[in-house]
Amino acid sequence: MKILILFAHPAFERSRVHARLLKAVRTLPGITLRDLYEEYPDFDVLPGQEQPILEKHDLIIFQHPFYWYSGPALLKQWMDLVLEHGWAYGKDGVALQGKYLMQVISTGGNAQAYTAEGHHGHAVHDFLLPYRQSALLCHMHYLPPYIVPGSAHIADEDLARYADGFVQLLQGLSNNSIDLKMLMRQPEANMLTGLPGLLPAPPR
Amino acid sequence: MSNESFFYQALVYLATMVVFVPLAKKLNLGSVLGYLLGGIIIGPALLGLIGQSGQDLMHFAEFGVVMMLFLIGMELEPSLLWKLRAPILGLGGLQVVVTAMLIGGLAMACGLPWNQALVIGMILSLSSTAIVLQVLTEKGQMGSAAGQSAFSVLLFQDIAVIPMLAIFPLLAPAGATVTAEETGSLIEHQPAWVKTIVVLGAVVGLVVGGRYVVKPVLHIVARTRLRELFTASALLLVVGIAVLMTLVGLSPALGAFLGGVLLANSEYRHELESDIEPFKGLLLGLFFIGVGATINFDLIEHSPWIVAGLVAGIMIVKFLVLAALGKLFRLSRDQNLLFSFALPQVGEFAFVLFSFSAGAKLLPQQLVDMMMAVVAISMALTPLVMLAFEKWVQPRFGNAGQEKEREDDKIDERNAVIIAGFDHFGTVIGRFLRASGVPATVLDLDSDRVDLLRRMGLKVHYGDASRFELLKSAGAEQAAIIVIAMATPEKNLEVVQAVKKHFPHLRMLVRAVDNADAFDLMNAGVLHIYRETIDTSLRLGTDVLEMLGRRAYQSQRAARMFRRFDEKSLKGLAAFRDDKQYVNAAKERIEELQKFIQADAYTNMMIRDTGWERDNAEERN
Repeated sequence: MKILILFAHPAFERSRVHARLLKAVRTLPGITLRDLYEEYPDFDVLPGQEQPILEKHDLIIFQHPFYWYSGPALLKQWMDLVLEHGWAYGKDGVALQGKYLMQVISTGGNAQAYTAEGHHGHAVHDFLLPYRQSALLCHMHYLPPYIVPGSAHIADEDLARYADGFVQLLQGLSNNSIDLKMLMRQPEANMLTGLPGLLPAPPR
Repeated sequence: MSNESFFYQALVYLATMVVFVPLAKKLNLGSVLGYLLGGIIIGPALLGLIGQSGQDLMHFAEFGVVMMLFLIGMELEPSLLWKLRAPILGLGGLQVVVTAMLIGGLAMACGLPWNQALVIGMILSLSSTAIVLQVLTEKGQMGSAAGQSAFSVLLFQDIAVIPMLAIFPLLAPAGATVTAEETGSLIEHQPAWVKTIVVLGAVVGLVVGGRYVVKPVLHIVARTRLRELFTASALLLVVGIAVLMTLVGLSPALGAFLGGVLLANSEYRHELESDIEPFKGLLLGLFFIGVGATINFDLIEHSPWIVAGLVAGIMIVKFLVLAALGKLFRLSRDQNLLFSFALPQVGEFAFVLFSFSAGAKLLPQQLVDMMMAVVAISMALTPLVMLAFEKWVQPRFGNAGQEKEREDDKIDERNAVIIAGFDHFGTVIGRFLRASGVPATVLDLDSDRVDLLRRMGLKVHYGDASRFELLKSAGAEQAAIIVIAMATPEKNLEVVQAVKKHFPHLRMLVRAVDNADAFDLMNAGVLHIYRETIDTSLRLGTDVLEMLGRRAYQSQRAARMFRRFDEKSLKGLAAFRDDKQYVNAAKERIEELQKFIQADAYTNMMIRDTGWERDNAEERN
């Protein structure tokens, strides 16, 4: 599978988690990395430039910090402008049909915070609803997210493990050694790497 | 003069230049008049410092004209020359022919035989390349329509000298012979077909040599890195062309001009120009001093009215011919006036041609002496005529004397936006608005630019936007916004005052050059001020940050933050008019800005990120 990472981080120069993750995957073969804030610092996203790139890939990954239960502003701007009616959805909008969408996110909160009783009151799966539904609207398959929790205080050794897990995941997806049907049944891609996400344990 | 050494002469001439030219400049008279005055004063009529050597000096200094044409040629690309072919042949040709016929006719009416009349007519039809180009260049008018037309006419005249030299011997009465010495040509006595072949050969040689010999030689010379050697080569080139042309009986000036055109595209153009320029200036200066010194004041004293009458008559006839031709060739009125006032003197070639005719016994010596004085006076008068033109004629037809006269355009469009001033700054605004579907009424003060833009299909109106009538006819009463983007801060302020006075409902968006200019506009009550370079400079700075590896988004935010802060602090700084206070306040703001930019909002966001990780209810309170 050809993989496109759409990376969105407005303050990447201050980021530790995403700097480490990107360092690990930047040089992997068969993966295209697009740094949206570098590409469109003025927010003038060009659909004509983005759409052909999307068409050339099978798996689209939104990689971003989890801001206000969503992505950074430019990611939304990107979706607003690039996912055009008649191209991505609606009548004749089949350009993305059959492709996969996945999110790689870092969250400040940990597993406990993302429960009905926790600080944020809902599971992260709930907050990702707009992305999940957007994928469906564009006739795409939504893969479960890969999550790096507790990003503000994560230890370097743990962060390195998450980076390795990210590499494994991408390699597995890239050479089709990961069973996508099995993956789609998981709530989080973390389950494949054995690293904790925002769920305490795989459900049954 | 005979026993005086070279150094004495050099002392006299150089001192004359150094004393009189700055003096003339100071009095706003222009350098040519300074040289002429200097020549008159050191000449035999007054101080007698240079005696009769003025004539010899002029023959020597005529070489300055050759150099000038070489330089002019170098400024002209062959394509431009080709573009000018119509004015050169049409305007120039008609000027020479019509003027020669008219003056010749008048001379015949005064009782001269037809051949003498014709010779005089032809000689007097010429104008002074040296003076006119110098004057027009000093006034920065070479690029204008008048300048181009004047140049075309002068170029044709320079070319016309050659056939004149060829015809004159034929007009000479039987028995008079012209020796080769007088033209310096080696082929004077050859049959016509030989002459033709030799002349053609020389021109071809010039073209081929210019391309295949001069450039490589200059390349070798340049590589020696000896500055004086390059200067020597440059001089050698011009002298060489002049000698070659003289040998085949062509005008050295014309040859030098051709040589210049050939080198117009060469990479050594600027080097050659800067090397020859000072020599040209010095020689032309000498030439003008010579003209001043050769004015025969005895003759003038004996028959002042005849001389005055001849000068006035010749200049008026030439002026009328020029004005008529200018009209025929569709020069606008202001440009035509400039053109006609610039060219009515008789040129330096007249000295050559008159002495030639005297030698050939074509004209009696007495008449030649008289005409020489007339020619010199007409040349000396040119800067004065131009001065009078600028002082009294131009203001009546133009605005402020600087720009050329032109009626304000009638404006039939009515738009919500008026753009006053359409140089590189206003053009971008206009193009942007137009691209965004907002038509604007455009006013500009540069008549040439207006014409050019109109030819390009843009609707631009000529006129001074600080004038009530023009603003009114541009629809200022119905408009909502006026963009004031004139070329100078002074003009901007004038327009601002006019708008405030007559059309206070208009929102003014005003171009400012720098901070000082912005302060002036603030004091004038302008709310929307746009400093010319702030955005571009910041964009460049942003690119520097990005090339150094900064994130594009961060750099752009910093630039925007900088601009907001800077514009805010500009308003604060406007209050300080005292230098010291201003500097202190400005210093504080620079430090403040630094802190501000480095404490970008994202810093806070990232630090407070910890608020997201609290994971149990006890901590939440």
